[in-house]
Amino acid sequence: MTSTAPPLRRRRARTGFGGPVQGWLYAAPTAIFVALLFVVPLVLVLQMSGSDWPLLSGNRGPNFPENYVDAVSHRLFWDSIRFTLLYTLITTVILIGLGLGLALLVQESTRWKGLLRTAFLIPSALGLASASLLFYVLYSPIAGPFAGLMKSWGITFLGTPDGALWSTIFLIVWRFAGFYMLLMLVGLQGIPDDIYEAARIDGSSRWQTFRYITVPLLKPTFALTTVMCVTGSLLAFEQFYILTKGGPDNSTMTVVQLIYNVAFQGQNSLGIAGALSVIVLLALIVINVFQLRAFRRPDES
Amino acid sequence: MHTTRRRALRRTVTALAATALLAAPLAACASGGEAASDEPITAEGVDDGSTLTLWTRAPIERQAKLLVDAYNESHENQVELTVVPNDDYVAKVGAAAGSGGLPDLFAADIVYVPNWAQQGLFADISEQIDGLDFKDEINQGHLSAGTVDDKEYVLPFALDLSMLFWNKELFSEAGLDPEKAPATLEEFSEAAQAVQALNKPDTYGTATGLNCGGCLVFTWFPSVWASGEEVMTDDGSEALLDGDAAQAVYDTWAELEKAGAVLPSSTDEAGPTWTAAFSEGKVGVMPFPATLLPSLEFDAGVAGIPGVDGGVSTFVGGDGIGISKDSKQSAQAWNFLNWMMSEEAQVEVLAKDGNAVSRGDLADNEYAAADPRLVTINEVAAQGSTPVALNFQQAFNAPGSPWLSLVRNRVLNGEDAVEADNEEITAILSQ
Repeated sequence: MTSTAPPLRRRRARTGFGGPVQGWLYAAPTAIFVALLFVVPLVLVLQMSGSDWPLLSGNRGPNFPENYVDAVSHRLFWDSIRFTLLYTLITTVILIGLGLGLALLVQESTRWKGLLRTAFLIPSALGLASASLLFYVLYSPIAGPFAGLMKSWGITFLGTPDGALWSTIFLIVWRFAGFYMLLMLVGLQGIPDDIYEAARIDGSSRWQTFRYITVPLLKPTFALTTVMCVTGSLLAFEQFYILTKGGPDNSTMTVVQLIYNVAFQGQNSLGIAGALSVIVLLALIVINVFQLRAFRRPDES
Repeated sequence: MHTTRRRALRRTVTALAATALLAAPLAACASGGEAASDEPITAEGVDDGSTLTLWTRAPIERQAKLLVDAYNESHENQVELTVVPNDDYVAKVGAAAGSGGLPDLFAADIVYVPNWAQQGLFADISEQIDGLDFKDEINQGHLSAGTVDDKEYVLPFALDLSMLFWNKELFSEAGLDPEKAPATLEEFSEAAQAVQALNKPDTYGTATGLNCGGCLVFTWFPSVWASGEEVMTDDGSEALLDGDAAQAVYDTWAELEKAGAVLPSSTDEAGPTWTAAFSEGKVGVMPFPATLLPSLEFDAGVAGIPGVDGGVSTFVGGDGIGISKDSKQSAQAWNFLNWMMSEEAQVEVLAKDGNAVSRGDLADNEYAAADPRLVTINEVAAQGSTPVALNFQQAFNAPGSPWLSLVRNRVLNGEDAVEADNEEITAILSQ
């Protein structure tokens, strides 16, 4: 190390443009964006979470750790965590399983491959809020197209806790399955054909090929999709805000819906909402670290 | 090693300092704007061609547009109206209040007014209101909701009263007297069940919003008041929703639900469409907003909401309006408010369209006389009430409020948890 240092220093001096300064200048545009879009909001939320910060008035002051105590003792805090975890588990399992299944279905060069790929992917082009509004109308017992059927069969999509949960999951699966199919398809196409060919020559069955070649080699894709799906589900908001508003009986209250309610729909306390946001952020960091460790390749450990 | 650590420390300190520098202007932005103008406001205000901004929420869009259009036609000042979806209104006002960006005038659901007035969102207009000759005739529920520490902040923008509405045609078909209002809760229940017994397709005895806290306070509290009981203590810090009359209301609705006489979508109804089925002529009888009377295309009967053993009452809802703390045109804004309370605006704009007026002395106007239902509405308004509590929204109107839990537990789930749920409401009211 010591032997290479002097020539480097000499080279910098010759250009007349200091290395560290040049480095800073290269990094500056990104650093400014990161600071404005990530660091500043983060610092504001941290400040908010330690302050008494009413939505409607400017009377603010330090309120640490009371905000955090109030946040965890909110009557819906643990219920919302339980529900968010349940929702995350169900959606992750379904979306990744279905995404892989759809990818395998459209991977083969069949006649309908292009049509199927397009059909599965189209819902992903719709914004989540728009999709939620569309399903809100579909599920409506007054204005929906199934209103008559719902009445004669006694079905209520959003009126019961189970109905609200599974109706929302159906929307999410419809909206995201094609997107996860696409990710899986990219992963599948990254597996070299000669490996499959070698397996075929060795006489392995389709199941054995899937079990011992496809699944292990899709590990990085599984890591990506799982992190995306878990993070997205833990932060679920739009679909519940539009379809259920956390009801009925607070049975579909996600953590982010609770944060929104605390900030804007009742307590109007940005301080407690900030504390809840920090708790969610820390939980997400911990969960993502565990996920990435679980999917780490042996040579990375 | 020490050098490396020092560098790391220096980098960290630099990063934090840069962040603080970047954050400071944003934090300053969020700390409120300049104070409102201190110039004295004359009794008439100022009409000098200024442009005023006014925010209101969607449910009273019709009345707000009528008033603003009439004012703009007859004044030099011009009011720009912004109608905000109901669910987004608190967030929008909150964000604007924090950044000093409130409009000159803004309306608020009257149950939120005590909180917003106490938070300092409205300018003090006690002197101007006290100077009105007809002050004692202005709806007292709205005035008291907008009074904090003897200072007055709002005037009634639009009154929305909950009344018992019935479909006269369905009443006749069910063998009920179409001209006679159910006089007790029991008669209300019997009438709903009689309409249900017609077994007409898509037609139900009654309807409500069982997932909508605001709808339920609006339509069920009057039965408690009509029975001579209260829903809260006077200071709004304790809920009394486990009283005999309240329990009778829950029992009545649980019975109707059990009998299948409640529109099925009521179970799931969070507010946006809770009045739709009655407006379409498919519900026999229900407590309903009086503001929707002009939009009904069939013959409907209107009466006060009955108590357990008789009597009538109403929830005097709607919106109060005041001058915002951020307005630099208080004198011009007062000119609009002063005109809004005039006979010209109350009678020739609001009453002419079939709305209730905010002044008792104008209740018997020519338009009300042409429709006896409007006279009834104006008369019952005087017997109604507007509940006042600082944490009303959190306790009752917010999605998932403890009030909503109480109703759903008792009426839909058949659980006997009224006392515990009532204590939950009190816990929030007393915060």
